[in-house]
Amino acid sequence: MSSLLEVRDLTVALAMDSGPREVITGTSLEISAGEAMGLVGESGSGKSMTAKAIARLLPDGAKVTGSVIFDGTDVLSLSGDALLKHRAEVAVVFQDPRAHINPVRRISDFMTESLRILDDVPRTEAVRKAAAALEEVGIDDPAKRLRQFPHELSGGMLQRVMIATALLSEPRLLLADECTTALDVTTQAEVMAILDDLRRDRGLSMLFITHDLELAGAVCDRTCVMYAGQIVETSVASRLHEDPLHPYSAALVQARPDITSTADRLVAIPGRPVSAFEAPSGCRFAPRCPHAQESCRAHEQILTGLDGGLVRCERATDLRGTLLDGAHV
Amino acid sequence: MVRMSETSIPATTSTEVEPVLSVRGLRKVFGTQVAVDDLSFDLLPGRSVAIVGESGSGKTTVARMIVGLEKATAGTIIACGRDRSKPARRGAERKLRGREVQIVFQDPYSSLDPRQSGANLIDEVLRVHHDHDSAARTRIVGELADIVGLDRRQIHAMPRALSGGQRQRVAIARALATAPRVLILDESVAALDVSIQAQVLNVLADIRDERGISYVLISHDLAVVRQLTEDALVMQRGVVVEQGRTVDILDNPQHDYTQMLRASVPGPGWKPQRMRERLKSAQAAAAKP
Repeated sequence: MSSLLEVRDLTVALAMDSGPREVITGTSLEISAGEAMGLVGESGSGKSMTAKAIARLLPDGAKVTGSVIFDGTDVLSLSGDALLKHRAEVAVVFQDPRAHINPVRRISDFMTESLRILDDVPRTEAVRKAAAALEEVGIDDPAKRLRQFPHELSGGMLQRVMIATALLSEPRLLLADECTTALDVTTQAEVMAILDDLRRDRGLSMLFITHDLELAGAVCDRTCVMYAGQIVETSVASRLHEDPLHPYSAALVQARPDITSTADRLVAIPGRPVSAFEAPSGCRFAPRCPHAQESCRAHEQILTGLDGGLVRCERATDLRGTLLDGAHV
Repeated sequence: MVRMSETSIPATTSTEVEPVLSVRGLRKVFGTQVAVDDLSFDLLPGRSVAIVGESGSGKTTVARMIVGLEKATAGTIIACGRDRSKPARRGAERKLRGREVQIVFQDPYSSLDPRQSGANLIDEVLRVHHDHDSAARTRIVGELADIVGLDRRQIHAMPRALSGGQRQRVAIARALATAPRVLILDESVAALDVSIQAQVLNVLADIRDERGISYVLISHDLAVVRQLTEDALVMQRGVVVEQGRTVDILDNPQHDYTQMLRASVPGPGWKPQRMRERLKSAQAAAAKP
C-alpha cells in the first residue's frame, strides 16, 4: 500500500515571548488510504500540533522543518488556492465544537459556506447536500436542524454537525483531534460507528488523536504513542494493551483504571508529562521510567524496528514482553 | 429490576453504624423540568458511593443539593445526624455544614483563586472554620500538602505556576482542611492526564484509609467508578434506574440503560455501535403491552 500521507522528520517550534519553543521533534509517520492511525499521548506531547502542521493550521511565527507529503504534494510549501484545496482534502474536527462555530449564524450557513464560496455550488444545491450529510451522521429531521442556531443543539448533536461539515468537502483524510472526548460514552460510540462506516464506504483515512488508549486500540489499525514531542512507539493498535514495546506505553496502560477489575493501587507514573522544550537530553522519558539506566540519559534515543513495530528505547529488546509484568498486583 | 436503597445498604458493616450521609426521596424541579426524582441512598463512614450518568442525568444537581448550593424541592438530606434539606438560618449553622461536607469540582483551572497560593487558601479555610493559632495552622498546611503529595514550593506557589494535576491536589487539600466527614468529587479527576489521574486516585484512596472519610463520586467514567467506590447509583434523566454494589452493576448490569452505558465503553474487542437507536427500539418494544 502506498501512503496517502507521509510525515518525515517534522520539527515544529512555536514563537513565544521568551523565544522559540520546540513542541515537536523529528516526528515521522505514514498513513495509507483507508487506514485509521491513532495518535496517543498526554498534554504537551505534541499530538495536536502534529495535526495542525498537517492541516497547515499552525499559529503565526511557527518554525517548521522536515516534510509533510500528502498524495505526492509538499504540503509545507502550499499557498493560495492550492492551500485551500489541501484544506478541503484534509478535514479537521476539534474537541470543542462550540469554539469552532459562529454562534450567530444558522447551521445551514456554517455548513454550506465553503461549498458555495469555494466550489460555486448554488445555494439550494448546497443546502440539499448539507441535509444529506446530516442524515449520514444520524441526525433526524435535518431540515429543521439546518434552520437552527448552534445554541439550540446539544454538544453531541453539534459535534455531529462538525463531522458532517468536515465530510461535505469529501476529504480523503480526516484529522480527528479528541473529537469525542467531550461527548458522553454512548454518543462517543455513535460518532465512532459513523466514522467507521465512512471509512469503509469511502475509503477515508483518519488520524485519530486521543488520550484514551482503549478507544484508540478499538478503532484504529495502528497507533503512535507520543511523549515530549517525539513518537516513542508505533505498532498495531490492538497490541498496545497486550504487549507494548516502550516503557511509557506500558506505563500508560497500567496507570489507567480497569473497568473489569479493581486494582489495590494504581501503578502511577511519577512526575508529570513534559513538553519537548522542557525535556531532558538523552531519553526524554528517563526521569519517569522505572527501567532507565545511565546510558539512557547519555544518548539520544533512536526510533528502531522491533517485532513489526517501531520503538524509541535502547532497552526495548531486553525488556520485550516483560513491560506489563506485575501490573495491577 | 430497579433496586431501591433499602435493599442496597452494604451488608459488610454491622447495622449499628450510623450513615454519615443519608438521602431520602430527594427531588429537584426546575420550572417544569424534573431534574432529580425520588433519589435515596445511605453512605457509611469510610465508604464511597458513585453517581453515574450522562450529561443531563441530574448527577451534578444531586451533588449541589448535598453541599447546599441548590435547594431541594422535596426530600431530606441528613449529614452527620443533622438535616440539611433546608437552607441554613444562621451563619454558625452554615459554617458547621461547610465543615462536614466539602466538594472538589471538575475544572482545576477555574476553581482556585488565581491570586492566592495553596498555602494561603488553606490557611484562610482553617481561620474561618477552626480555632488554631498561627503555628498550628502552618503545621496543618504542611500536613495537608504532604497528604496530597505537594512539596513546599508547590503549596506556596500561585495557581498559574502549577499544572492541572497539582491544582487539583490543592483543591483536594483545601477541601480536607475543614476535616470533612464527606467529600464530594464532582468529576474531579476527569480533566487530568492518565498518569496524573492515577496519582490523584491513589491519593484519594490513601486519604480514605487514613481518615475514614466518605466519598460521593460524581462521574461518567466507569473505570474510575470501579476503582474508587463500593456502591453506585445509575441515573437517566433524573431517575435512578439501577442502584447497588458497583461491582455488580459493572459486571452484570440489569437495566437496559446501564447495559448500554457499559457496552459503550471501549475495551478489547469493542466495536462502536449506534447504541442509542438500539436502546430506543428496546425501550419501545418493552413499553408495548
